[in-house]
Amino acid sequence: MSDTNHELNLTVNGERVSCRVSPRLSLADFLREELHLTGTHVGCEQGACGACTVRYNGDQIRACLMYAVQAEGAEVETVEGITESGELASMQDAFHRNNALQCGFCTPGMLIAAAELLKYNPNPDREQIRAGISGNYCRCTGYHAIVDAVAETCRGGTKETAE
Amino acid sequence: MSEKPQFSVLDRPNSYIGRSVPRPNARRLLAGRGQYPTDVSLPRMVQVAFARSPFAHARITSVDTEAARQAPGVVGVFTGEDIAKVCQPWIGTLDHFAGMKSAPQYPLARDVVRWQGEPVVAVVAQTRALAEDALEMLLIDYEELPAVTDPETALDPETPLIHPDLGDNLVFSSKVDSGDIDSAFAEADLVVEDEFHFGRHTGVTLEPRVVVADYDPSEERLTAYHGTQTPYQMQDVYARHLGLAEENVRVMVKDIGGAFGIKLHVHGEEMTTCALSIMLKRPVKWTADRLESFASDIHARDHRVRARLALTKEGRILGYDVDDLTGVGAYSVYPRTSVVEGNQVIKLVGAPYTQQHYRAALKVVLQNKNVMSQYRAVGHPIAFAVTEALVDKAAAELGLDPLDLRALNYVSDDAYPYKTASGFTYEGLSLQRSLEKLKDMIDYQGLREEQSELRKKGIYRGIGIGTFVEITAPGAAFYGVGGARISSQDGCSMKLEPSGKVQLAVSINELGQGTETIVAQIAATELGITMEDISVVTGDTGATPYGGAAWASRAAAIGGEATLRAARALRESILEVAGVTLQSSPSELDLRDGFVVSSEDGEERISLAEVGRIAYFRSDTLPPGFQPQLSVVRHYSPQGLPFAFTNGVHASYVEVDGDTGLVRLLKHWVVEDCGRVLNPKLVDEQARGGVAQGIGMALFEECLYSSDGQLTNGSLADYLVPLSSELPDIEVAHIETPSLSSEIGAKGAGEAGTAASPAAIMNAVNDAIAPLGGRITAMPMTPERILRSLKRI
Repeated sequence: MSDTNHELNLTVNGERVSCRVSPRLSLADFLREELHLTGTHVGCEQGACGACTVRYNGDQIRACLMYAVQAEGAEVETVEGITESGELASMQDAFHRNNALQCGFCTPGMLIAAAELLKYNPNPDREQIRAGISGNYCRCTGYHAIVDAVAETCRGGTKETAE
Repeated sequence: MSEKPQFSVLDRPNSYIGRSVPRPNARRLLAGRGQYPTDVSLPRMVQVAFARSPFAHARITSVDTEAARQAPGVVGVFTGEDIAKVCQPWIGTLDHFAGMKSAPQYPLARDVVRWQGEPVVAVVAQTRALAEDALEMLLIDYEELPAVTDPETALDPETPLIHPDLGDNLVFSSKVDSGDIDSAFAEADLVVEDEFHFGRHTGVTLEPRVVVADYDPSEERLTAYHGTQTPYQMQDVYARHLGLAEENVRVMVKDIGGAFGIKLHVHGEEMTTCALSIMLKRPVKWTADRLESFASDIHARDHRVRARLALTKEGRILGYDVDDLTGVGAYSVYPRTSVVEGNQVIKLVGAPYTQQHYRAALKVVLQNKNVMSQYRAVGHPIAFAVTEALVDKAAAELGLDPLDLRALNYVSDDAYPYKTASGFTYEGLSLQRSLEKLKDMIDYQGLREEQSELRKKGIYRGIGIGTFVEITAPGAAFYGVGGARISSQDGCSMKLEPSGKVQLAVSINELGQGTETIVAQIAATELGITMEDISVVTGDTGATPYGGAAWASRAAAIGGEATLRAARALRESILEVAGVTLQSSPSELDLRDGFVVSSEDGEERISLAEVGRIAYFRSDTLPPGFQPQLSVVRHYSPQGLPFAFTNGVHASYVEVDGDTGLVRLLKHWVVEDCGRVLNPKLVDEQARGGVAQGIGMALFEECLYSSDGQLTNGSLADYLVPLSSELPDIEVAHIETPSLSSEIGAKGAGEAGTAASPAAIMNAVNDAIAPLGGRITAMPMTPERILRSLKRI
């Protein structure tokens, strides 16, 4: 039960982090509790809901399904870092215009999942968008506005150009 | 009715009312800067984890906590007896439900556990992980008792009693009997009937229930950072049950990761956590994990309804006769009780129709399962699934189009005020116009043609309609008259800052539905400033006026009106100061674009910033005896009718695969009338989100229990929540019949989506499988149930 802490070195949102962590600490809990990056949310702790989705060496992963110690040497990006870099600004704007969030708890993971979809398919149709974000639960919106927002993002921005 | 104002807020220049303004506070959430209670961490904070009953019904014979106390990082181990010394038990009954009964409920079980998952022992440790480690070292012995799980036999004499002191397992029974239902059925040309089953399901807020309780013994103050949609109710409950002064309890919730009615009930875990903070004199945090959420968040909807409908051969509805049985778990939930859902079912069946005769009976019984209580659209989805399924069945038997049968029987748009057979009074609805609008929207004839073409190719599609009339924005008749300290009024305080900007604090809170946006829209419009010049405070009992907060689709209707009245009072105060300064009569002045202007010609006289500067910093320049009052408070409670009523109609278009039983949702439409639409986009999104939860009820979601009361699917991998890939596009349109009892005219929009989407989908599925000889009246309509109805398995 008492566990020896392990040394962990990684890069989070472009900043180098060195610390000692318990081997059983999940990456999601590490980000939230050790680094106070509370934009990454925990909804189920078994990889079903997608609220904890972050980027790990450039790809989306479930931060609840990974131990922090497995991230040794990795580059991790969270919604805070991605917001800071401005990379998703147009998608965040589209989410805002379309009210593609209510409580916002799923939103950080949803943004990262939608960005991943657009990385591989820059011009998805509605069905492909629905498939692309189907690993991320949203309990508030019914998804329609999220699909609208993602569609608008790939068509280059404003509502007018999307329609 | 309110006095006619000089300027209605609705027609002022640059009005924000009726505009789809994006939510300013959503920016924070999009940047990962939300401040949810799960994010709260305080100095010296410890965490609690609970040992829960592994049995549905058992006697606790011994609890040995010694080894757990010695475990690393453990601060303390507490049993039901320990917590009972600090926290008084509660009883989930209300006086206006005549004859209802329930047993005292303690935060942690004492002596007997009554559902699997009921909390028994609390372990507090430095971290949640260490607390969970220590849970493993508890030795709790149980003597298993027979579990009562089936509501149908709960009242049989041989069934064991869940609370022997109550004498039986009945919580409540009620009847509605109006007109002469027996004669109506005797004389009817057609009677259709069915038995309906609605599975238990739950709200599944993505952020689980959570509280951080911070008790400061030096001032005997408790601050609870609690994921609740009813901070004032919880302030009252914490104060009374923990023996604290009400004014020394502060409940705060900034952002909240979903609520839907789940987060307005009293659960033992939050009460225990606050008690622990008092006992330990330090902050204590509890966060439910997902299994705990499924095992202990309130469930809803477990109903068996038998219903029949009498009609003339022309298709005139004579009346419904309804029998509802619901099992609500081991206790009636505090403080809103567990009988409201059933009580609404028996009042709402047939609500859209001009039935002269009506009879309904309700029995609410106990079970050894997790507790049930109010969840989004309370009772409505059940009542309208029953109502509308029988309408479709009758239409088929009479050879009438189901839309025509509805149009024939709706309470007509010119019949208001209208009193229903179940005793409600509708101020004004738009059922006929709503159906007309829906018909156009869905291209009804086109859909029917497509359906018929595809049937020839062996593709089975169905069109289903679901009408609803919804109870919203209740006054004190809902809870207050029954003795519950749950406010039906809301309050808004508002002040002019020296900068000429405005800050307001309001007791309706933000759940993501857009409360902070609509109150800013209202205040900005009334004060002639931009929304950007308004800052909004919600979710803090220490900073806002007292109120009821966000439930029963009441925020816009009640808190919106309070905000309008506060803004009007502030406007008058500003004009008074300006009048004194400008030596003009306030009646000759108006507020526009951040300036006091001449109402005559719009000439700018003085800025709001200048009014603020003079009032706050140069009172020496004001006449002797004049004291500017640039902070105001107004409260509003609905008076007159006990509830507002909204209405609308859903349509669902589905395809059913007769070989697999899978239902594909092709499209869903909603026409809803929530009164004045303050922000169309936000109303659309309430409807869509509500539809998604109704789809969950109709097709996917069910808390499955074994016959001995074990929850068998308590995870998000096993309990099916609708995914983006399973949901269709959802089109929403509005008709506005503003409430006459408030100036703002809003009635409530939070539950319309859930109220009749299950009805529409069930009718669509039955329409699709009718040619295959199937009919289904049980939800969720899983592939297995559909295949059984088709006799394929």
